[in-house]
Amino acid sequence: MTPPEPRACHTPQSSRGRILARVRAAVAGAPEAPEPARDHLASHAPGDPADLADLLHANLADYRAVVHRTDGPGLPALIARLLADHGARSVAVPDGLPDHWLGDADAERRTDEEPLTTRRLDETDAVVTGCALAIAETGTIVLDGGPGQGRRALSLIPDLHICVVRAPGQIVASVPQALPLLDPARPLTWISGPSATSDIELDRVEGVHGPRRLEAVLLTGAQR
Amino acid sequence: MRRSTTPAHGAAPVHLGMPSFPRAAAEAVHDRTLRANLRHATHTIREKRAGAVAELDDWDRLREAGKRIKDHTLRHLDRYLEQLEEAVTGAGGAVHWAEDAAEANRIVTALVKQTGEREVVKVKSMATQEIGLNEALRAEGIAAYETDLAELIVQLGDDRPSHILVPAIHRNRGEIRDIFADRMGRWGRPAPEGLGDDPRELAEAARLHLREKFLRARVAVSGANFMVAETGTLVVVESEGNGRMCLTLPETLISVVGIEKTVPTWRDLEVFLQTLPRSSTAERMNPYTSMWTGTAAARARDGDGPRTFHLVLLDNGRTGVLADDVGRQALRCIRCSACLNVCPVYERAGGHAYGSVYPGPIGAILSPQLRGIGSDIDASLPYASSLCGACFEVCPVAIDIPEVLVHLRERVADRGGAGRRLEKAAVKAAGWLLDHPGALAAVERTASRTRALLPNRPPGAGAWTAERELPELPPEPFRDWWRKNRT
Repeated sequence: MTPPEPRACHTPQSSRGRILARVRAAVAGAPEAPEPARDHLASHAPGDPADLADLLHANLADYRAVVHRTDGPGLPALIARLLADHGARSVAVPDGLPDHWLGDADAERRTDEEPLTTRRLDETDAVVTGCALAIAETGTIVLDGGPGQGRRALSLIPDLHICVVRAPGQIVASVPQALPLLDPARPLTWISGPSATSDIELDRVEGVHGPRRLEAVLLTGAQR
Repeated sequence: MRRSTTPAHGAAPVHLGMPSFPRAAAEAVHDRTLRANLRHATHTIREKRAGAVAELDDWDRLREAGKRIKDHTLRHLDRYLEQLEEAVTGAGGAVHWAEDAAEANRIVTALVKQTGEREVVKVKSMATQEIGLNEALRAEGIAAYETDLAELIVQLGDDRPSHILVPAIHRNRGEIRDIFADRMGRWGRPAPEGLGDDPRELAEAARLHLREKFLRARVAVSGANFMVAETGTLVVVESEGNGRMCLTLPETLISVVGIEKTVPTWRDLEVFLQTLPRSSTAERMNPYTSMWTGTAAARARDGDGPRTFHLVLLDNGRTGVLADDVGRQALRCIRCSACLNVCPVYERAGGHAYGSVYPGPIGAILSPQLRGIGSDIDASLPYASSLCGACFEVCPVAIDIPEVLVHLRERVADRGGAGRRLEKAAVKAAGWLLDHPGALAAVERTASRTRALLPNRPPGAGAWTAERELPELPPEPFRDWWRKNRT
């Protein structure tokens, strides 16, 4: 690891200048820190794509997400059924969501072309999104605001989040495999199961401020 | 009501009238409810953590990588802070530098006032607790609402946090029910009629109470778990979704972050995002992690996230810690709280006895270094340990807490006072004896043979022995017994 070059010195009489000067004085005589070995594993999971989907499924379910599998033709009916089962009468539709995903649904569609206000989203029962990728060994789905995912508020305020993961195309094994695929300039939300708390006697309770229901749909036979 | 005060030099607050650790702990260990609450909670999480860690074959390597990444960052912290500042500014954020608590509070207060708002929502943050931000804002007529469930319990109960991760760990469900039923109405939406003590019901009451605050909030204050120098990205790790609410919905976001939270590269997160959740909540991954870079999202996508972002970089004693060859390793801490959960002293004394927002073993080495050893509580904290080493074993960045404790004991002893001078002389003598095994054996034998003659408190060391009993001397030294019985 090579640290960046020092910048030109700014006004030393500012707080900034004084803090940086104190840092420099503090480490002046310190030994050079040894290089991180980075010999940890790139993945703890099996390499077979089918196994990765199974692992993601199991880990999502372990943290109380409800996991479904369907192929492309079955997706609109599954989404329609999930919305109906939860009694969702309205659904937020992020920009770029494939039209046919909601083709069978009865719920009122609320698009974000004219941005939905926070209050309007609070009166919206559900949201359907895609994702950027999913991490099998931690049971994590990552949203990056790309097409079909919408602004962060859309997947946060409605109480039911139906999230479609393209399997195997969007599934990676591990955190080290996920990071290089993500763009830090985009707003990233990593989701591992529904909202939860362990603040009362360290007893895990699902459902606080984020969506209390997370229905993850593995869309089989799909690439990125 | 408990109050804290900010000392004149503007460092972290010491709780007013806070007794030294032994006195505070002596009171706490007689509180049976507290002990039962703590024992139940720490034992539960301890076992879960061990299971979550055991799932990863390369845990030791991840731990070593985390340690080295942090050490490297600290060694070149000046350059990484400049790089971070450049990246955050380039992404549309504003960076402020605060030398101490008072300056950080002034900066945040002024930024909130600029928005014209009189209230802010807060994501749980150790840094803002450390500087006493809520009290500083209140003094300027600004209400700060804590939105983490445990912080809400602490705030409504007019209480102090007692654990880094689970600040209300000292409260059981019955106590929490009473606080909600009694106090929620004074801060906003009251608790539902007939509220029970089921954790689900309590979480639902918190959801309803805070919902209106999230939806109308225009300013949020957060901390951050990591800041990536290379990209200017901030990372907040959480469970409930209150973090997402605060980081996403308001127009203005102000993040107060200790300078040591910097990591050099985006890739470095691959280590800490594996070790932090397993160490803290014993999960493979916490429910929600948010990452943002300046105001890039608001500019690229209409209305996604705050349009104004301020980062306040906080020193408040950290550069002093950095200057200490032994003590600086405390700055590697990622605030997971695994060391609290395994500590036999924390389990019995509870978090409040540590007199700081940083309780437990990490607090015992962090508070005296950040605040200095001028007060009774800070001078006693390095002794709040049996040096059993369990904290070091579980630390995901391998902070040798016992080593730093012993180092700080020497500093306290150096400070003077009759008992401390004697203690220092004793430590020195012990060092010499341990280096000279022949002399040690002779001293041990003499002590054993004359044990009936020795007092149980040595004369002239009142300050030391007032809090301690001398151990009983065995009839013969261990090494003699070993030679006779085992060789």
